[in-house]
Amino acid sequence: MEKILLSGFLLVVLPFLAFLIIVTFTKRFKMLSALISITAIFISFILSIIILVWQLKDPSSFLKYDIPWLYIGNLKMNIGIIINSLTAIMLLVVTTVSLLVQIYSISYMKGDEGFSKFFGFISLFSFSMLGIVISNNLLQLYIFWELVGLCSYLLIGFWYFKPEAADAGKKAFVVTRFGDFGFLIGILIISYLSGTFDILEIENFVKNGTLSDKMLLIVVILLFCGAIGKSGQFPLHVWLPDAMEGPTPVSALIHAATMVAAGVFMVARLFPIFSASPDAMLFIAYLGAFTALFSATIALTQDDIKRVLAYSTLSQLGYMMLALGSGGYVAGMFHLYTHAFFKALLFLCAGSVIHAIHSNNIWQMGGLHKKMPVTSITFFIAALAISGIYPLSGFFSKDEIFLSILYSGNKLLYYSAMFTAFLTAFYMFRLYFVTFSGKPKEEKNVHESPLVMTVPLIILALLSIFSGFIGIPDIKFSIHKFLFIEHLKEAHFDFKVALTSNIIALSGILLAYLIYGLKIINADNLKQKSGIIYNILKNKYYIDEFYMFLIKNIYYTSTEAIKWFDRHIVDGAVNLVAFLCRWTGGKLKLTITGRVQNYAMYIVLGVILIILAIYVYQPDVMNIVRR
Amino acid sequence: MLTLMHFIILSVILFFIGIFGVLTRRNAIGILMSLELIFNAININMVAFSKFLTPQEIYGVIFTVFIITVAAAESVLGLAIILAIYRSGQKIFADEMNLMKW
Amino acid sequence: MAEILSKFPVLTVIYMMPLLAVITLLFIPDKNHKAIKITSLSFSSVSFLLSIILFLSYDFQKGGLQFVERYRWVPSIGINYFMGVNGINVTLVLLTGIIIVAGVLASWGVDYRPKEFFMLLLTLVTGVFGVFMAYNLFLFFLFYEIAVLPMYLLIGIWGTGNKEYSAMKLTLYLLVGSAFILAGILGLYFATGLNTFDFDVLEKFEYSKQFQIIFFPILFLGFGVLAALWPFHTWSPDGHASAPTAVSMLHAGVLMKLGAYGCLNIAVYLLPGGAKFWLPFVALLTVVNIVYGSLGAFAQKDLKYIVAYSSVSHMGIVLLGITAQNSTALSGSVFQMFSHGVMTGLFFGLVGMVYGRTHTRMINEMSGLAKKMPALAAFFIMTGLCSLGLPGLSGFVAEILTFIGSFKTFPVITIICVTGIVFTAYYVLRALQIIFYGKYDEKFDHLTDANKIEFITLFILMFFIVIFGMYPFYIMKVINSAVLPIAQKLLMP
Repeated sequence: MEKILLSGFLLVVLPFLAFLIIVTFTKRFKMLSALISITAIFISFILSIIILVWQLKDPSSFLKYDIPWLYIGNLKMNIGIIINSLTAIMLLVVTTVSLLVQIYSISYMKGDEGFSKFFGFISLFSFSMLGIVISNNLLQLYIFWELVGLCSYLLIGFWYFKPEAADAGKKAFVVTRFGDFGFLIGILIISYLSGTFDILEIENFVKNGTLSDKMLLIVVILLFCGAIGKSGQFPLHVWLPDAMEGPTPVSALIHAATMVAAGVFMVARLFPIFSASPDAMLFIAYLGAFTALFSATIALTQDDIKRVLAYSTLSQLGYMMLALGSGGYVAGMFHLYTHAFFKALLFLCAGSVIHAIHSNNIWQMGGLHKKMPVTSITFFIAALAISGIYPLSGFFSKDEIFLSILYSGNKLLYYSAMFTAFLTAFYMFRLYFVTFSGKPKEEKNVHESPLVMTVPLIILALLSIFSGFIGIPDIKFSIHKFLFIEHLKEAHFDFKVALTSNIIALSGILLAYLIYGLKIINADNLKQKSGIIYNILKNKYYIDEFYMFLIKNIYYTSTEAIKWFDRHIVDGAVNLVAFLCRWTGGKLKLTITGRVQNYAMYIVLGVILIILAIYVYQPDVMNIVRR
Repeated sequence: MLTLMHFIILSVILFFIGIFGVLTRRNAIGILMSLELIFNAININMVAFSKFLTPQEIYGVIFTVFIITVAAAESVLGLAIILAIYRSGQKIFADEMNLMKW
Repeated sequence: MAEILSKFPVLTVIYMMPLLAVITLLFIPDKNHKAIKITSLSFSSVSFLLSIILFLSYDFQKGGLQFVERYRWVPSIGINYFMGVNGINVTLVLLTGIIIVAGVLASWGVDYRPKEFFMLLLTLVTGVFGVFMAYNLFLFFLFYEIAVLPMYLLIGIWGTGNKEYSAMKLTLYLLVGSAFILAGILGLYFATGLNTFDFDVLEKFEYSKQFQIIFFPILFLGFGVLAALWPFHTWSPDGHASAPTAVSMLHAGVLMKLGAYGCLNIAVYLLPGGAKFWLPFVALLTVVNIVYGSLGAFAQKDLKYIVAYSSVSHMGIVLLGITAQNSTALSGSVFQMFSHGVMTGLFFGLVGMVYGRTHTRMINEMSGLAKKMPALAAFFIMTGLCSLGLPGLSGFVAEILTFIGSFKTFPVITIICVTGIVFTAYYVLRALQIIFYGKYDEKFDHLTDANKIEFITLFILMFFIVIFGMYPFYIMKVINSAVLPIAQKLLMP
């Protein structure tokens, strides 16, 4: 028991130590920095496997430990860890992807000025992300929540001399801050009501039902705001596509596999609280479905390979939210788990291509299959997985999602999810065919990436294929048994659903093949025919422009107004007082004429006044003279 | 029969003539002379009060002697200042001596 | 340690050290710049070290006033030499110690009349130390005036820009404040009729409700001016922007805390009845402070103005904590005083260093500086992150505690205030982005990164931000021990 807790603790702290060592000592020794960082995450990876194995023995058990951090009167804030099945699976996902991405980065970031810094930040990120995973109280969750935001900011702006990167980093931080604002208020309210930050205690508090439905709804929606920001749900999704300005391994690790999934993880962690409010769950489901569909449509038209993947990430995160909102706790987490592998793989493949071509634009690629076979094949596998083709991992998790939606009985959500699946298959294979099939565009000297990069690709590809098998119902280590929580409606395998989803995905692939592979249907014709719709999609529904409009017109104006108000009204009042003093002084000084006789006159007048005053107010004094 | 009131009235008249002179004369010498009138009005007051209220004491009279002495000293100082100003600026009118303003 | 300290007048030594430095400086020739600086540094370091020892040896289990020194001075009108520290005081004494060492180090480059500069600076610090220790209100006021007045000369002579105007504005503002304070103190003195200025006697006296309602705002406003309570804040941007680096550091770092300290430990502590009546209204003003300050900072172009408005915003959080009247919020508020003091000291120090290199403070005229000065950029970013309340740095602990506490008293107001953190993030990151990120300009080729002394300065300050941000347990215990009696007094009907 203690050993497991200790390993849980070590697993988080090690990357942080690596970060400290790298930033303080080994900045100059690039390879050493990478080595330290990778060793740390490798040990964490081993520890997470140990934890998982321990957890598999008894999935429903949990371990919990608190270290006092801040006690004030009744207010107890701890830094603590909790180890249960949810933690175990998430730890494994984070450490695996982080490890592979770091190995990949050795080659990808080679020759970069900030090589050591990169590994330092990645370690800091691993620390913060693992910190989220093991948090047992809301405050700690919030702390690490902010820290991953920081890492995201630092890593997006890693190439700080590029103005777009600097802009994107700032945008990411500020937009997610909006979500965190709601999250923080939600935490404040729920902790005020329940008197604790501890998640388990809050769960019990909610279960006892002392909260009114309305209050619970408010709290849950506020908490969910954090997930909206971090997981890029509509309307705070705008930062994620821009975040692609960061180095590609960062996009793979932070903006595809782990950090953006933190919102989903948070909802899963607080699932008993969220599911206590059916209205909020419905809201989450609708928002997730909308985001999924909405970003899938944008992904259809983008030209930047990483942006397409970014919108696909948004779309898949929407799926996870949809699943959780429909009560599919297992389905959401399952999809998070499979998605982490195949989306990381997609990004790393994209990185491999970008590394070779030095461009992000898919129309400058083409025919890369022969030159980069490993990248091409692994990308193909990942694309199949994300489209949900049997028997790859994506199929199992998506199927789970469809089932849970169907089970919740909402037909609208079900159809929209199915349609999104079609779009997903289409845009993924559009990407694949444009990039890898056909004739090479330019006779550039393009090579397959080195082994350090391809080995992580192959491992991730294997994971994309096989990791879904734990979703097969009724096997020994099935995820359903592992992630079991009470009172959860269980969905059962439905052959019809599986078949439909596969047919839909295949038809999406076929359409993409017809247009971009065989070029039977002319893509340009389609573009012209769809006209306005194409433009709207291409410009991402003009949402960025709308926000910029709001910021420019409302925010900038109000800050300028406040500046003006401060300078002219508040400070004006101060200066007015000063001016009045000066002005009266200026008038009064005219009485100082420098003429002796005037002064004598004042004295005489003064004396007369005094005498008069005495005469009026105290006539008795005059009697003394009279006597 | 002369009463105290007669003396007071005389000194008041003299005092206000002095005040009037101080306030209206342009020539600084004239102002000094008017000042002397004010002093003398006070002196009359002193002597009269001394004579009528406390006939057996002579403090009032002694004070008058003091005042005359001090007044003489002041006049000397005043004249010296006026002389100095006249030498440096060729000014004798009080309203022209207005350097000490604002 | 505590036993040794209890026999030794440690408080007097701490505040006398800067004064001794001033006297020593009198005997050092004007031209020997190095000796002047080393003398100032060594004396203030002694204060700094002693303040750390004081902080660590304060017994928070026991609480209350400790290390008391009490002698009769002018007994006929109740003026006594009465020094002591409670949990709030030790924290703020520590803050002063940190800031003065950092301030002296940051003024290493002062070459214009350094002797007078350091003499005034250290005189000011004497006053500040004294205020945080004095428990006789007359003594308190004496030190208070000593702390306020040297500022005029420091800004007027060594400042930049529109310095005469700023110095005059600041001094007049603060003097108006101290007039109010004097009135308040005299009011207390005569209301008790006990013929004493001693804090412990005044504190036990039961003031009538009406007296409290009249005199609380007088005292609170008097101190509030110094704490930049809206709308009495405009001295702060002008003053901070014109002042030389070390003076900005001291001013924003410590002097503004004098105001907040007075609000809490004098006004609220002595007149809880008045506090309960007036603080809800003050809470509205603090909302304006927080939101208005952070919006105002956004529109500024001058780095020092940005930092100054951010100070207005952060002092709003301190005051919000005070208005919330419960121990959580009060602790958060005191911790925010400390945290903001160190942080803003760091900010102004950094701005001074950047200005010393680029000779401009206009953010639009800089870009891509991270390339040329990576260490300064890293410190700047960390400070900025502390300012926007990033966990792991002290600003977060202070803000979250204040918000948790104030949420109990004023839920709606707190929610509005929390929006401030979004705005803060925006202006901080925007400024960072413009200065350090983006295209590097060739004209900055001759610039250098932080030198050793600057690095030490920054490191000392950053150390405390990080250490108390990571592990606030100890300092919060110390603070809480002093805050509890105030909160209890506020609870009583």
